[in-house]
Amino acid sequence: MREFDYRRAADAHEAVTLLAENPEGRLLGGGTNLVDLMKTGVENPALLVDVRGLPFDRIEVTGDGALTIGATVTNSDLAADPEVRRRYPALAQAVLAGASGQLRNMATVGGNLLQRTRCGYFGDVTQPCNKRVPGSGCPALAGEHHNHAILGWSEHCVATSPSDMAVALAAFDAVVSARTPGGPVELPLSEFYLPVGDTPHLETTLPPGALITGVTLPAAPVAARSRYRKVRERASYAFANGSIAAALDVQDGTVRDVRLAFGAVASRPWRAREAERALVGGPATAEAFAAAAGAELAAARPLPHNEYKVPLIANLVVAVLTELAEEAAR
Amino acid sequence: MASARSTAIALQVNGETHDLTVDNRTTLLDALREHLDLTGTKKGCDQGQCGACTVLIDGRRANACLQLAVAAEGRAVTTIEGVADGDRLHPVQQAFLDLDGYQCGYCTPGQICSAIAVIEEHAARWPSAVTADVRPEAGPPPLDEEEIRERMSGNLCRCGAYVSIVRAVAAAASETAPAARDERVMA
Repeated sequence: MREFDYRRAADAHEAVTLLAENPEGRLLGGGTNLVDLMKTGVENPALLVDVRGLPFDRIEVTGDGALTIGATVTNSDLAADPEVRRRYPALAQAVLAGASGQLRNMATVGGNLLQRTRCGYFGDVTQPCNKRVPGSGCPALAGEHHNHAILGWSEHCVATSPSDMAVALAAFDAVVSARTPGGPVELPLSEFYLPVGDTPHLETTLPPGALITGVTLPAAPVAARSRYRKVRERASYAFANGSIAAALDVQDGTVRDVRLAFGAVASRPWRAREAERALVGGPATAEAFAAAAGAELAAARPLPHNEYKVPLIANLVVAVLTELAEEAAR
Repeated sequence: MASARSTAIALQVNGETHDLTVDNRTTLLDALREHLDLTGTKKGCDQGQCGACTVLIDGRRANACLQLAVAAEGRAVTTIEGVADGDRLHPVQQAFLDLDGYQCGYCTPGQICSAIAVIEEHAARWPSAVTADVRPEAGPPPLDEEEIRERMSGNLCRCGAYVSIVRAVAAAASETAPAARDERVMA
């Protein structure tokens, strides 16, 4: 590991200033991803600015019914929060579906949004990788890609976002707040992650030197009936092969409101707006759910070893929406 | 900015404060083992995947291999050496002994530290990934085998002693009712 300086930021201003002065600096939250990547040489910062102790550790309901979640809130505290569990149960379930109890105690919301892909080529510095070394190539396209993207990828990178939390946040229209050298910014999650294009090494629209301070979830009554379901290769403590965050409001058999987002299918959490459009105003039936999934997945471009993800996601949509519709009918 | 690739820190471990200077790259795991000779905490994968290095930081379980020592200053670390009350073993330690919750023993310190926290987390009414209804009104699920296996999934045992580990955690959980809990570990 490269040697580095360590500074504990006294406040947000100092953190942003230190980052601005040190282009090779990185923010340290829980460290569960960054420290691991430093051990393997994927990340080589000259300075770590520790922001874990900054006072962004609250979860609060605001006057308009929105929920604000501080950037240094741990995954554990997010998943245990009564308001999160009551208003956005799929968010609590998504967080609980990720990592282990130990890692959830360490990991923070801000770091979770910025965690890097677990593509094996990205994590192996002896291999080419356009995300790690722009222009070096993508061995996954013709290599090991059974858990890679089916949506939104390019010939430059086919890696997936590993975050479970971000899938639920995408379904619920989260807005990311950050401090930057130019002042505070607010970025809807739908605009937070960049399309892959020919620049897979650029992952977010955050300005350089930005410090995420929190995430806001707008009031969303539909989210009270929501669910996160994750399919993985062992019963627990593994990244997803496919996941879904779904919320459904059904009245008299008709879909009034629906939220759908997919995980482990793209470089970012995939909000399934085509499927949502197909469902609203229509019948809450398994046939309609399957048709909506098909509408969204028409754009899927699977590779030889991840074709299974297309029916996997379609089946998740039908199964989870059917469960939610049955609950609503009780 | 002045360059400082190592840092003098005061590390609080098992109630004692240790003054030491660490290379900033030093993990808490290496600081415990190499600087403080507290070798009960084990190094397995060293990348946060096996749980052998599990310790309690401010009462919560964490992977010491992904925690930089310099970033642990000011926090209370409890290792396997600090969970007993003098010669009286922690109830989770006793349950692992009574019910053979191990084979080779290498993962055991991490399993025990993790299990202590699992029981605390459940008592604090935290849901898990196998909890059917996470809404607070649903109340906490019973700490049954399915819940224990999910909550302990961050601790791997290459001998495969899971059956006995689950029994030991269940036995310790039923013994450590909230009133009898050891308050020191959740300080």
